[in-house]
Amino acid sequence: MNEQRKIRLATCSLAGCFGCHMSLLDIDEKLFDLLKIIEFDRTPFTDIKHCGPCDIGIVEGGVSNAENVHVLKEFRKNCKVLVAIGACAITGGVPALRNNIDLWDCFQEVYLYEGGLEGNQIPNDPELPLPFDKVYPVYEVVKVDYFLPGCPPSADTIWKFLTDLIEGREPKLDHEMLRYD
Amino acid sequence: MGAPAMSASITIDDKNVPFSDGQTIMDAALAAGVYIPHLCHNPQFEPHGSCKLCVVSVNGRNMTACTMPAAADMVVANNTPELNRDRKALVQMLFVEGNHICPACEASGNCQLQAAAYYLEMQSPHYTHFYQPRAVDASHPDIFLDLNRCILCELCVRASREVDGKNVFGISGRGIGTHLVVNAASGRLGDTNFAATDQAAQVCPTGAILIKRQGYRIPIGQRTFDHHNISEVQMKPLEPEHE
Repeated sequence: MNEQRKIRLATCSLAGCFGCHMSLLDIDEKLFDLLKIIEFDRTPFTDIKHCGPCDIGIVEGGVSNAENVHVLKEFRKNCKVLVAIGACAITGGVPALRNNIDLWDCFQEVYLYEGGLEGNQIPNDPELPLPFDKVYPVYEVVKVDYFLPGCPPSADTIWKFLTDLIEGREPKLDHEMLRYD
Repeated sequence: MGAPAMSASITIDDKNVPFSDGQTIMDAALAAGVYIPHLCHNPQFEPHGSCKLCVVSVNGRNMTACTMPAAADMVVANNTPELNRDRKALVQMLFVEGNHICPACEASGNCQLQAAAYYLEMQSPHYTHFYQPRAVDASHPDIFLDLNRCILCELCVRASREVDGKNVFGISGRGIGTHLVVNAASGRLGDTNFAATDQAAQVCPTGAILIKRQGYRIPIGQRTFDHHNISEVQMKPLEPEHE
């Protein structure tokens, strides 16, 4: 039997809560099956900091700051197939609830007005990424090949999607698996 | 063939569907158990024809099934890839025009907009989000009005006017500026005689009108459209989804 090249997979979380990553880990013992056919590139699981050439990139979370755009563009450049996973990546999700609140008002509420924060200031270290006025879904910034909705998509949904994709089928979610919440 | 028909009928996707005088294509389809996607239609009220989800091809011409009277021997195409593609695009446009954040919405799982999107296999809203600022009116002691989720179906307008006899809601503005208004000098729901028991408080297909203190009484995952396709649910006479 020829040793087949493993499929290289990268994941990241932009303006997300890592819930989709947790749901991926929830495939439990199937992770062993998965790791027989894939290997991880950049992902929070490997702590690799930059994405190299990959077959599949999975992006969780919306785009809320300048660093998110850099990471997303790196993924798009390096991944043959880019997947947006979860409500935030697909619609902006819960972080997008701030989209109709003035950014300055948000900052003041979080860093200045909350009780016990006397003497605090709004962080402005040059290393901090510049926040955007709104949170955007990833497809409004780069081309996305597949969408995997859910908040988060269940482990079974992720498994179905990934096995479809890896085995060369067009990923298809039945009614019970297609969820936006 | 050959025998005279007892009553007139139309054909929807090769299925023979009888109708009686005055019935629309939608009426006949609902009675025969044929699902035509719809959001602004509710058989309890006069048809409105605004959401355009129910557009079908009648003898080759596109028409809204909820307003088009059935006529003998009409040949109607309904569940076709082309029409469903257009319907999906309409639903996607509704999603980007409002602020529909399902994970943060009490109506998730009971929402007909969401369920129609499931039925049409919407994977993403596709278009550029408007993220329009829309108001939330929490002034009423028992009811929230969240315009972020309003799709202008006018069901609450019709229910309040025709059933409740209160005329609490109206539509104002034009084009993209069209919006739901509340019939009070202040424009606030709390300054009307609107009540949680009103029909208008029950008919919202999305989470724009919500009864307070009910929120998550039925957990996410156990709600109507978590397990039922909207095509099954809307075949029965519509019941309030927010119970």
